[in-house]
Amino acid sequence: MADTKTASAGTPASATAPAAPATAVYDPRDTRVPTVIADEVHVVYKVNGAGGRKGGATAALSRIFSRKPAPGMREVHAVKGVTFVAYKGEAIGLIGSNGSGKSTLLAAIAGLQPVARGRIYSHGQPSLLGVNAALMNDLTGERNVVLGGLAMGMSKEQIRERYQDIVDFSGINQKGDFISLPMRTYSSGMGARLRFSIAAAKDHDVLMIDEALATGDADFQRRSQARIEELREQAGTVFLVSHSIGTVRETCDRAIWLESGVLRMDGPSAEVCDAYERFTSGR
Amino acid sequence: MQPADALTPSKATPVTVTTHPATPATKTPAPATLADLAAAHGLTVSGARPSLPSYVRQLWGRRHFVTAYATARMHAAYSTARLGQVWHLVTPLLNAAVYYFIFGMIMNASHGVADYVPFLITGVFVWDFIGSSINASTRSIHGNLGLVRALHFPRASLPLSTVVQLFQQLLVTMGALVLLLLACGQTPTLKWLLAAPALALMAVFCAGVAMVMARIGSKSPDISQLMPFILRTWMYSSGVMWSIDSMLKKDHLAYWVTVVLKTNPAAVYIDLMRYALIDSFNAHALPHHVWAIAVGWALLAGVGGFIYFWKAEEEYGRG
Repeated sequence: MADTKTASAGTPASATAPAAPATAVYDPRDTRVPTVIADEVHVVYKVNGAGGRKGGATAALSRIFSRKPAPGMREVHAVKGVTFVAYKGEAIGLIGSNGSGKSTLLAAIAGLQPVARGRIYSHGQPSLLGVNAALMNDLTGERNVVLGGLAMGMSKEQIRERYQDIVDFSGINQKGDFISLPMRTYSSGMGARLRFSIAAAKDHDVLMIDEALATGDADFQRRSQARIEELREQAGTVFLVSHSIGTVRETCDRAIWLESGVLRMDGPSAEVCDAYERFTSGR
Repeated sequence: MQPADALTPSKATPVTVTTHPATPATKTPAPATLADLAAAHGLTVSGARPSLPSYVRQLWGRRHFVTAYATARMHAAYSTARLGQVWHLVTPLLNAAVYYFIFGMIMNASHGVADYVPFLITGVFVWDFIGSSINASTRSIHGNLGLVRALHFPRASLPLSTVVQLFQQLLVTMGALVLLLLACGQTPTLKWLLAAPALALMAVFCAGVAMVMARIGSKSPDISQLMPFILRTWMYSSGVMWSIDSMLKKDHLAYWVTVVLKTNPAAVYIDLMRYALIDSFNAHALPHHVWAIAVGWALLAGVGGFIYFWKAEEEYGRG
């Protein structure tokens, strides 16, 4: 109940819509080029092993063959009917409290999480900024740059061209020749910097960043923000998930506010951030 | 709920929330729904499964990733061990030594097999590749969910790179095998060249089975707990440490049992390698039409496994 009250007391999306033409609502006279269209997107995912007894070994064995869902299986309706159109040149911040479906929505846009209902259309291949999973701590930074680049779909020539830029950008070699050491010897900040540098080396049509800006020292943060600005100019659209409202205000020109999987508000980042802050402080 | 509803455009009529109410948007001939808008600008559905030919093209485009990922894991495998990469060689040798002790000396499986030591190490090394590639590929999707959920690439890259990694390792042990065979007094002949097609067919077969197991393992992760038992059964019935012929000759088993055991893919590839490399292992010990059977298994598993894996391409990483 408190939820609905705050919503109507705050700035409901319908009220801001006329002032903010960049809403989910599609205007046919619009000449801007859409890069991502989410049309009534629902995402439902299954959680394995959510509470409950799973039974003994024989029960598990019979489940394998009978194909019955495990008793611990639960469905989570993470995104409920979200619709918006993202255009070329926009930087869109996704805000909302924990577990509101922001990261799930990004995964769905990237085509990594199947949608239950609705459709997502995209220009090119939207990519999540993150190669962490492809990198190996036991390998040298050098080899990881190549491996990460290949995992993101860069060609060997592209990696060779950009190799020096990636290493320079990460600033790994500022304190000696660290790039030829295994990544497990790096400090956590150094590792995070190298990972961001590798991930940001590729030009993307649609780039999605999930809480990646809080890494590194102040100097590196400034450089990474500049790089995101650059990617946005070259590429098209940048999505940013962040809990830091300050980052969204600074980096994004548009914001989408999700709350328990429902699109609550969509508009210029200043307005949406104001409304979100009123909502969170009012709780 | 109300604000969200206001933002939902209905499919039938274009929603015209606009800053200029003087010019009604409906007059402009323009796409009416979001789907039309997407079509007008050439946007494609995110996360849809590519067609089979374009999937093959994508996979070919990522071939450097497949090999780089395999090599990287091979290098990472023993990077914290003092002896490092030497373990790639020592581990299968120790394995063979254990089997020689148990089967060759205690259980006397060497009885009636000429050149038992070459026979055993060929069997152990080749089985090592078959067994571990199938075992490791069961976890190749499920164990790399982080990668699957973070990046876009043809998912078949993962089981394939597992097989490539183990194949690289097999080539190392094959080098050791050649040295051991020479040490055991085998003479290299032109017949040794037959090892190349046998290895190639075996690699295709394993890649196919790896893709099947990767899909099954991604849906029911529990299967990876059962794999060691299935694989052990398969190993013991494929004549890795003994000769199927000389063992079953004395038991009064039906003829078809021997035929089934000897035409099972693992036995076929192991025996082909023995036939190629060991002088005393002659063609009588091979089943009839052995090359046709080897090609058949490779094609069946390779093509079938690839299509089976591709069919679920968009579902990997769900959940």
